[in-house]
Amino acid sequence: MFEKEKLAKVKESLNAYEAKVAETIQKRPERKEVFESGSGSVVNRLYTPLDIEDFDYERDLGMPGSFPYTRGVQPTMYRGRFWTMRMYAGFATAEESNKRYKYLIEQGSMGLSVAFDLPTQIGYDSDHPLSEGEVGKVGVAIDSLADMEILFDGIPLDKVSTSMTINAPASVLLAMYIAVAEKQGVTPDKLRGTIQNDILKEYIARGTYIFPTEASMRLITNIFEYCSKNVPLWNTISISGYHIREAGSTAAQEVGFTLADGIAYVEAAIKAGLDVDTFAPRLSFFFNAHNDILEEVAKYRAARRLWARIMKERFGAKKPKSMALKFHTQTGGSTLTAQQPENNIVRVAIQTLAAVLGGTQSLHTNSKDEALALPTEDSVRVALRTQQIVAYESGVADTVDPLAGSYYIEAKTKEIEEEAMKYIKKIDEMGGAPKAIDNGYIQQEIMDAAYNYQKDIETGKRIIVGMNKFQIEEEAPKGLLKVDPSVGELQKKKIQELKAKRDNELVKERLEALRGACQTDENLMPYILDAVRAYATLGEICGVMREVFGEYQQSVQL
Amino acid sequence: MDLAERLLKGEKRAVARLITMAENHDSEAIEILKKLYKKTGNAHVIGITGPPGAGKSTLTDKLVKALRKEGKRVGIIAVDPTSPFTGGSILGDRVRMNELSMDSGVFIRSMGTRGHLGGLSKATAAAVKILDIYGAEYIFIETVGVGQSEVDIAKNADTTLMVMVPGLGDDIQAIKAGIMEIGDVFAVNKADRDGAKRTATEIEMMLDFNKSDWRPPVQKVIAVENKGIDELLAHIKEHMNHLRETGKLEKKRTENSKLEIVDLIQQKLMNMILDQSSKEEMVNQLAKDVALRKSDPYSAAEIVLEKIKKA
Amino acid sequence: MDRPIRVLVAKPGLDGHDRGAKVIARALRDAGMEVIYTGLRQTPEQIVNAAIQEDVDCIAMSILSGAHNTLLPNVVELLKAENVDDILVIGGGVIPDDDIPFLKEKGIEAVFTPGTPTSVTIDYIKNNIKRK
Repeated sequence: MFEKEKLAKVKESLNAYEAKVAETIQKRPERKEVFESGSGSVVNRLYTPLDIEDFDYERDLGMPGSFPYTRGVQPTMYRGRFWTMRMYAGFATAEESNKRYKYLIEQGSMGLSVAFDLPTQIGYDSDHPLSEGEVGKVGVAIDSLADMEILFDGIPLDKVSTSMTINAPASVLLAMYIAVAEKQGVTPDKLRGTIQNDILKEYIARGTYIFPTEASMRLITNIFEYCSKNVPLWNTISISGYHIREAGSTAAQEVGFTLADGIAYVEAAIKAGLDVDTFAPRLSFFFNAHNDILEEVAKYRAARRLWARIMKERFGAKKPKSMALKFHTQTGGSTLTAQQPENNIVRVAIQTLAAVLGGTQSLHTNSKDEALALPTEDSVRVALRTQQIVAYESGVADTVDPLAGSYYIEAKTKEIEEEAMKYIKKIDEMGGAPKAIDNGYIQQEIMDAAYNYQKDIETGKRIIVGMNKFQIEEEAPKGLLKVDPSVGELQKKKIQELKAKRDNELVKERLEALRGACQTDENLMPYILDAVRAYATLGEICGVMREVFGEYQQSVQL
Repeated sequence: MDLAERLLKGEKRAVARLITMAENHDSEAIEILKKLYKKTGNAHVIGITGPPGAGKSTLTDKLVKALRKEGKRVGIIAVDPTSPFTGGSILGDRVRMNELSMDSGVFIRSMGTRGHLGGLSKATAAAVKILDIYGAEYIFIETVGVGQSEVDIAKNADTTLMVMVPGLGDDIQAIKAGIMEIGDVFAVNKADRDGAKRTATEIEMMLDFNKSDWRPPVQKVIAVENKGIDELLAHIKEHMNHLRETGKLEKKRTENSKLEIVDLIQQKLMNMILDQSSKEEMVNQLAKDVALRKSDPYSAAEIVLEKIKKA
Repeated sequence: MDRPIRVLVAKPGLDGHDRGAKVIARALRDAGMEVIYTGLRQTPEQIVNAAIQEDVDCIAMSILSGAHNTLLPNVVELLKAENVDDILVIGGGVIPDDDIPFLKEKGIEAVFTPGTPTSVTIDYIKNNIKRK
């Protein structure tokens, strides 16, 4: 990119600059001896062409919408249309959540994003003993197709795109979604949306696993195969760095571990006999947005470039869509403070800018009160408005990848790509992501970073405004959202009623058919769909699979 | 009711409290153990050792579940290292034995090494006795799993189970000497992995040098899938039968008791030297002299011993 | 006191977010305590059984799922049923201030909300354990 002679000149003037700076520092020292990014990597005083000496525009960036997709996956990006403003929501019963979805659509939300409660995420019905106290708390309780019908009542499934944060029992919830669509007269080929379906990060960071690795990977590849034939517009997985970052990783670890998980899924699908170009275009990713805006922008760009290269070079993908990394972003929940919650609105705005400048395809913005409870309608609206202000007023969406060519951004993009690649190599040497999770390597790396971060806050090396500096005496915030504790009882009653009126013989038959299929190599999706249609509950379906597959045992490294 | 009675009644809180007292060198615990020592010796004590990551906790979990099917009462002592810098530790073995924590026939206790070298805690021997009195028919001691733990475990256990995994070829070489002497039963865990067969063969080859009348069996297992567990348990029991039938159990326990007595004498002597402040001061002063080359460590030791003898 | 304080760090309920629990476990270790870590998805019964067998001075529970008003008091109830009165029970996580008086009334002796420095928790445990 740069001519040798000109670089030599830059070097000369840089030396002069540093000499002068050295004098200035003698008199007036800088604020810190070492400046560190949000992830703790060293930030230099100044970036110049010398930091990206071997930078090659065609090789490293290219044009938006073409390999290696550093500048974005679409040619015109947000000049065509804005990212999907997708607010993650769900709590209490299907009825309550349905109301919230309709409110969000009215307010200009463009896609739905369903949060399920923990029993649903772990495959227990609301009347299971372990569900005690958890029903409807962090999301909506779905026990059977009957609940799902209420959840999407009056919402035309051929018009909206729906994202579902569901992993271990993803196949069951997807089957319920397909079955609701059938009842609305919508054929599966029209359905658009995403299931998270990323079990590896559950083992690593989020904890809502059910089955052991092998069975989980089979369920995932079953979905890939089934959807490539029947639900072609569906994003079959959202490979998530979000939770890895929430668990305390650095930006580079977020990229490295997430792409290592991605590699494991691609390998599993290829091993199951699928052609890479049939399923790879439906892979999607999910990243976090933290406050160090420049580091975050570099992170998204690095992830895109690295994934494109992996798909092309390692897996021999041919279709451009197989190489293009598209991703959803959520602002960082762990960056929010319980102290002075209003400040969180500003943090979310910065994080929104990071995601948009980094070329996200969809975005959820957290609400200011989420360090304390689930968000109220008012605080969700402010979070959504934050996206709308960035979209309509800030101007950053009007040109593609506006930060490209910044010496710092390009140097940082390269640095993150290289560091992520180092992690991927190390994980490859261990035999892939599942093995590196099994031996606790990934968890321990994240935990080390999380502990260092905490120590930096406690020593005051890292400032969190309102928390360890600029504190005020404040009263407890009022008006937080409370989930009615009677939800659990209500759901239990609904299950009883359902079991009294459905065809229990049919349910038994379908569950036994599923059990049989679990013991073969058959694709389980059709069997799950049949069981769902007969109103077998989530707990019954997962229960059969638990019996055949057993349960995952977590690996703890501290 | 006092602690001793509560222990004899099988009360778990009494077991727990006594172990704590033993860990904290409480003399009351020693008095109780003196009184109830006759009631020990009934349990089959199994030491489990092997390199970190070999799956010792998971294997213990499965073996105990198998014993629970037979209705046996079981005690588990899981030892993890204590940080030499802070004195703190994270004891995480219960994570792998989650279901057992709801089983009334199982008592699990986690212990930090608290500065004791050798993979066990100093109070492990006392904890074994307490669980024995409590009525545990099988007591598992899971070690830290460092190279030095082997000898320590053999002093405390009737049967030593050595857990290996494929892919640690060099480590086998490194701890070969220890294995030869103290492994009574070998398990090759994660036997579905590449190299399991080779690991088993390597162990067998090393055991070919073993000339005793007990040839340690080598059992392949996949602990997470519960495969090979019944066979492994059978080998462990078989070893105990062998000890009983050949009279080696009495011999082994006599040796172990001798080691324990010697250990206790050593501890007492050390306490005599260091617990009395005047002598500790004396040692400190001598240490300074040695460091400054005014004296030498050999003479210093003799001076202290002379003083103790006179006392 | 010349013995290490023993603390059971547990995640009650189905919530899988264990960053906080693991950070506090490490911080307590670095403060010289013996930390028994039990992992995810612990029922109140499991927590109480473990606490008794491990003879801990303190049970520290981290919970972010909103199920605190059910699960934390259950632990205290079960301890009472076992006649255990010398274990300090504390909680932490995403717990609204409004719920804290209720939890305290139920016998959760301290509740640490997001942003609490680990040193505050450490000092609290050191100063409030019931056995010397």
